[in-house]
Amino acid sequence: MSVEVLLPGVLADLAGGRRRLRVDPPPATVAGLLDALAAEHPVLERRIRDESGALRRFVNVYVDGDDVRFAAGVHTAVRDGAVVEVLPSVAGG
Amino acid sequence: MADLIAIGTRKGLWLARSDDDRRTWRLDGPHLVAQEVAAVAVDTREAVPRVLAGVQYGHWGPTVTWSDDLGGSWHETDDGAIRFPAGTGAALARVWQLRPDVAARPGVVWAGCEPHSLWRSDDGGRSFGLVRGLWDHPHRPTWEPGGGGGAVHTVLPHPTGDRVVVAMSTGGVYVSDDGGSTWQPRNSGITTSFLPGPPPEYGQCVHKVAVDAGDPDRLYAQNHFGVFRTDDAGGTWTSIAGGLPADFGFPVAASPRTPGTAWVVPLVADADRTPPGGRLRVHRTRDGGASWTELGAGLPDGCWTAVLRDAVCVDEAEPTGVYVGTRDGCVYASADEGGSFTRVAAHLPDVLCVRAARLP
Repeated sequence: MSVEVLLPGVLADLAGGRRRLRVDPPPATVAGLLDALAAEHPVLERRIRDESGALRRFVNVYVDGDDVRFAAGVHTAVRDGAVVEVLPSVAGG
Repeated sequence: MADLIAIGTRKGLWLARSDDDRRTWRLDGPHLVAQEVAAVAVDTREAVPRVLAGVQYGHWGPTVTWSDDLGGSWHETDDGAIRFPAGTGAALARVWQLRPDVAARPGVVWAGCEPHSLWRSDDGGRSFGLVRGLWDHPHRPTWEPGGGGGAVHTVLPHPTGDRVVVAMSTGGVYVSDDGGSTWQPRNSGITTSFLPGPPPEYGQCVHKVAVDAGDPDRLYAQNHFGVFRTDDAGGTWTSIAGGLPADFGFPVAASPRTPGTAWVVPLVADADRTPPGGRLRVHRTRDGGASWTELGAGLPDGCWTAVLRDAVCVDEAEPTGVYVGTRDGCVYASADEGGSFTRVAAHLPDVLCVRAARLP
C-alpha cells in the first residue's frame, strides 16, 4: 500500500540518484505527499514547492495523469496505489 | 597572492583568477550550470575564502549556495538558507544581493531579496533570518516592483556603527540606525521622472548606492535618471550628473581607499538603454561628482548592450581594480582604476553580477 513518485532526471540527485520513489503509507493529498518527501529529501521538496506551500510556478504535478492545477492543487486527493509524476513545464530560454 | 573575479550570469557562474597582480586572468567555468546567478559575493574574512551565490534553479526555485574551495564543490542548507516565515504568506522569488559585513562582525552576511526584504545571516550565509523591522514597515505594501521585480538590491552596513543603508526598486533609500530594528526613508532630492508632481518621501527607483571611502555619511546613488550624492547619510541628495553624457544607468561603485572617487556607466534612456553612440564607457569622478572623466581604453565601440546594477564592482587592491560585465556576456577588468581595461571573458550568458576580491 503506497504511492509511486516519478521524478525528472534533473531531480534524481536530490533523491539519492533515484527517479522512482515509493511513499508508504500513502498520504491523503499531494500536500501530504510533499510533507513525506520533505522528511526524507528536504532539498527535493523545496525544488517542487515554495515555503508558502504552493507548487513552484513552472513545476507541474500529475496524479494518475491529471494535472493537479486543474483539480484542487496541492489539496488534490491521492489514492492508494496512485502514480504521482513531477515534470518541468514548458518555460525558459 | 591571487585575485578572483566571480561572474554571475543568467546561466551559470564563472570564476576568473589572476596570479600576477591582475595582469592576466584565467577563466574557469561554468559552475552552477544553467542556474541564474543574480547575486554573488566573495567573503574573504576567514582564512578560507567563501564564494556565496544567490541562485535560481531554473524551474526549481531560488536559494543561496556556497563554495569553500573556489567552485570545486557547492553546498546548500537542507531546509533552505532563505525562507519566509509562516504567517508572512510570502515566498522567496530571487536573491538580489549578498553582502558580507565588515571583519569586525564575523559571520554576518546580509541578503537583499525579492519580494522587498532584507535578511541577516550570523553563520556565514548558511541560514538567514528575516529583518522584521523592514518587512513590517508600514510603507512596504506601497513599494512597487521595478522592471526586474520588487527587491532590496543594495545593502550597505556601516563600517563601524549599527547603521544599515538599503536601496530598492522601487521604494528608494531606507536607513536604519539601530542595526535593522527601525527604518526611515532618505530620498529627499532624488527625482522620480516616472511619477507626476514633486518627488515623494519614498517610492524612488534608486538603482544602486555606494559609500565613499573617506566618509560613511557620503553616498553616491545611480538613479532611474539622475546621479546623486549625499553628505549626510541620505538626509539630502544633490545632483552630480553634470558632465555625464547621460544620467541614466544602473551601477555605481566607489573606491574603497580613495575619498571622492567613484565610477558609473551611463546609458541612453529611457527607451534605448544602450551606451551613448554605441561606445561602452566608464566615467570616473575623483572629486565627489563635481567632474567626470570618460574612460574608454580597452572598452568597445559598436557596443549596444547594457551594464546591470551589480555588474560593476571594485576590488581592494592597490591601485583599485574596476570590473565591468555586460549583458552580451563580456567582462572587462582594469587594474588601474579604470585607466585601461582588458577583456577577461566574452560570449558568456548575460552578466548579472561581478565581484572581485584579493584572496587571503
